[in-house]
Amino acid sequence: MTNAYAVPAIVAVTLVTVVIGAYGLRLARSTSDFLVASREVSPSWNAAAISGEYLSAASFLGVAGLILKYGADVLWYPVGFAAGYLALLLFVAAPLRRSGAFTLPDFCQLRLGAPWLRKLATAFVIFIGWLYLVPQLQGAGLTLRSVTGAHYSLGVLIVAGVVTGNVALGGMRSITYVQAFQYWLKLTALAVPVMFLLAHWQRQDRPAIPSPVTWLLPLHGEEHGLFATYSLILATFLGTMGLPHVLVRFYTNPDGAAARRTTLVVLGLVGLFYLFPTFYGVLGRLYTPHLVASGETDTVVLALPGAAIGGLTGEVLGALVAAGAFAAFLSTSSGLLTAVAGVLSTDVLGRGSVRSFRWSAVVAGAVPAVLALRVDALDVSQVVGLAFAVAASSFCPLLVLGIWWRGLTDLGAAAGIVVGGGSAVGAVLVTVVGPPLTGWTATLVEQPAAWTVPLAFTVMVTVSIMSRRRVPAAIGSIMLRLHAPDALRADATTPR
Amino acid sequence: MSGDTPQRVRVVLADIARPPRTAATRAELTEQTHVGDALVRGLVRAQLALALRLAAVVVIGLGGLPLLFAVAPAVAKARPFGISLPWLLLGALAYPFLFVVGWAYVRLASRAERDFTDLVERP
Repeated sequence: MTNAYAVPAIVAVTLVTVVIGAYGLRLARSTSDFLVASREVSPSWNAAAISGEYLSAASFLGVAGLILKYGADVLWYPVGFAAGYLALLLFVAAPLRRSGAFTLPDFCQLRLGAPWLRKLATAFVIFIGWLYLVPQLQGAGLTLRSVTGAHYSLGVLIVAGVVTGNVALGGMRSITYVQAFQYWLKLTALAVPVMFLLAHWQRQDRPAIPSPVTWLLPLHGEEHGLFATYSLILATFLGTMGLPHVLVRFYTNPDGAAARRTTLVVLGLVGLFYLFPTFYGVLGRLYTPHLVASGETDTVVLALPGAAIGGLTGEVLGALVAAGAFAAFLSTSSGLLTAVAGVLSTDVLGRGSVRSFRWSAVVAGAVPAVLALRVDALDVSQVVGLAFAVAASSFCPLLVLGIWWRGLTDLGAAAGIVVGGGSAVGAVLVTVVGPPLTGWTATLVEQPAAWTVPLAFTVMVTVSIMSRRRVPAAIGSIMLRLHAPDALRADATTPR
Repeated sequence: MSGDTPQRVRVVLADIARPPRTAATRAELTEQTHVGDALVRGLVRAQLALALRLAAVVVIGLGGLPLLFAVAPAVAKARPFGISLPWLLLGALAYPFLFVVGWAYVRLASRAERDFTDLVERP
């Protein structure tokens, strides 16, 4: 399938991204401008930018593809992706902003006073970031191949190149505007074709959707469905708060109360977006059944307008969807790259200067690009799910216990991250490169969160209690800093 | 303003809403006296209890669904408005539900903080 309008649409999205990036570049002058947009981003821009950054290839293409393939059980993916922001709002948003931490390693140092812990947190930030970047670049390769017939590596290289250049030259100031724009583009690109598709379906007198019972009803498909479902719920509900590119954004809010309001708007925007992929999955059963047979369900969003409506309208809508998909790859990759480059430049390659940030961005973009070129058989949505599981088993307990429990120590945090997060990383590696598994072993390894998250919490609490004397002496003032209302802050906290 | 001599800007962590009236209580907070420590502990406990209560609403309301579908498969087969119930709940209603819980939390948490500020600043 090739679409004559897709290439101009993709080129337009990429150009707009570069132009808005250049506009931001003119405004970015100091290191602080580079990294956090000088905290001058208004809440509505910020919320749209957070949502734009969050809605990745997995949301734009993967969710509809999964629903087409598996049915009711995978409706938990989008629900969990949205509910993650509620968990973030309830337990993390305001205290995290008040802590002044810009990255997860910063939070380790501020809360636990242990510079050595930064290295461990940095390693996990980079692992999660790259694990999440590879499927984005793959999605770009698959999309370009699907709509134009171009070689897979072309899409990978275009997205990797544009994003790396944009982040290296403009920093976060520019990507804030880019990503706010891309949220609305993605929503439009998904919602408008749904209107046309539903109208078309209505005109055809609502033909029945072929819905076998294993697809229509929950817990009828996979083995151990209940366990896998709860594991997925845990990973997505708790994983969002531990994703590095999500956390970085919170520093751009002026204070804790604004962080809460922004998160609430994000919850609304993300929830609005997730109303639409389900329609593609369901109508795909009717109009693109060949994708289920061939296993290429990830392309249903791209193929459906052409297959159902056809003609000029179908092609134009198909081009719109392809442009939205590119917006998804560009924006999520930008956020991830900024986060990974940020920790690389402050903790590994340099000391946080603009120059070291630029070099770090190049390194942070090159590694996943090479990986994405080498592995094109990986399943896009599954890998993203695994990144959530790793985040939920490492940074979620660190943040929740660090913010709400005085007893957390550096040793406890390190042990929990190593044991819980390490198990999740092991499960990821076995799933991606290991031998095929069957039965309970397969379920436990492919959906690890149900055992790795409780394990991480347990180890973190137990080791912290055993090393009780290592609780920071200043824990009282740290808790005050995290939780004191903003109105009291100006003189209630010590300036940094 | 010329480009190479930027104007000096005073940077503060947050704006002070009004001049501090009760320096004593604030000092108790920052100096970690027993009173100040108890105040902060109380605030943290109250905010955590609020977050946990609202999380429980979601855990029961949304997290209970797979269990419900497992123990009572007939519920999953219901078709209100001609749409299969699991699809209606998870595909559409879950999102406004999450938003309403979040909205309630933002309201209640802000109120708790206002109460705390009033307590500290009471003359």
